Amino acid sequence: MFLFLGTTQLKSNEKNNEIKNKILKNIRCLICQGQSVYDSESDFASSIKLIVEKKIDEESSEEQIYEFLKEKYGNWIIYDPELNKNTYILWLLPLLLFLLGGAIMVKKLRFTK
Amino acid sequence: MKNKYKAIIFFLFFIFCFVVLYKGLDNPNTYTPNIKVEKNIPLFTAKDFNSNNYINSDKIFEENKYYIVNIWASWCVPCIKEHPLLMELSTNQSIKIIGLNYRDNLNNAKKFIDKFGNPYNQILIDSDGVLAVEFGAYGVPETLIIDKNKKIIKKFVGPINEEIVQEIKSIIK
Repeated sequence: MFLFLGTTQLKSNEKNNEIKNKILKNIRCLICQGQSVYDSESDFASSIKLIVEKKIDEESSEEQIYEFLKEKYGNWIIYDPELNKNTYILWLLPLLLFLLGGAIMVKKLRFTK
Repeated sequence: MKNKYKAIIFFLFFIFCFVVLYKGLDNPNTYTPNIKVEKNIPLFTAKDFNSNNYINSDKIFEENKYYIVNIWASWCVPCIKEHPLLMELSTNQSIKIIGLNYRDNLNNAKKFIDKFGNPYNQILIDSDGVLAVEFGAYGVPETLIIDKNKKIIKKFVGPINEEIVQEIKSIIK
């Protein structure tokens, strides 16, 4: 019984650690701006690590944690930008360029044939 | 004719890239979170610096006054620079100054207050920096102004100066 409970606890801790690391790698450190919070050793990063850990323990979802941080520091704190009116160009421009490049290539190939 | 179009498109593309990159030169290379949006003060419980008792945020900001939250630490050199200005602000009866002692050694913090004076109506202990995050801060010193509706209406990153003190005074008038 105790062994079963222990194993379940261990698995749950492992899962929480995985989620925590995934989130921390996706949060930008505002002090060392080239680094994620996961990589940074700054005071700010260690506070964010504590908060994320606490929120995971409180069973907040990944999305809720990101929302909390975005509310405090803006969208920029998240590395992976979501699709909204400010990021349309960011998401759609590569796709448009890819399609444009493809169209040019198809046209060229047809022309050479 | 076709080559002419190509040249025009290439030229326009070049101009577009030039304008985008040239404008980018003016942008600061560090990000500062948007502080224009009014935000409600966070709800929290914190330890009081003097009594060591826990106190709720509702109790801290209960008076119908403007509040200034100043995040400081004894190890923070710019905090020494802004301290006389906080002392000056503390003489104003229409505001209350709340100090948030950020990631500090309490003995050093007490020595700091003894040496430079105490401009704070209340000091809260933020030993792990979590409270500062609740206020949307990411370093020391930072100063926030809270209006009578308990909304954060202004935030100053870095030490306050004479100009900021005048701005604060005009806000709380």
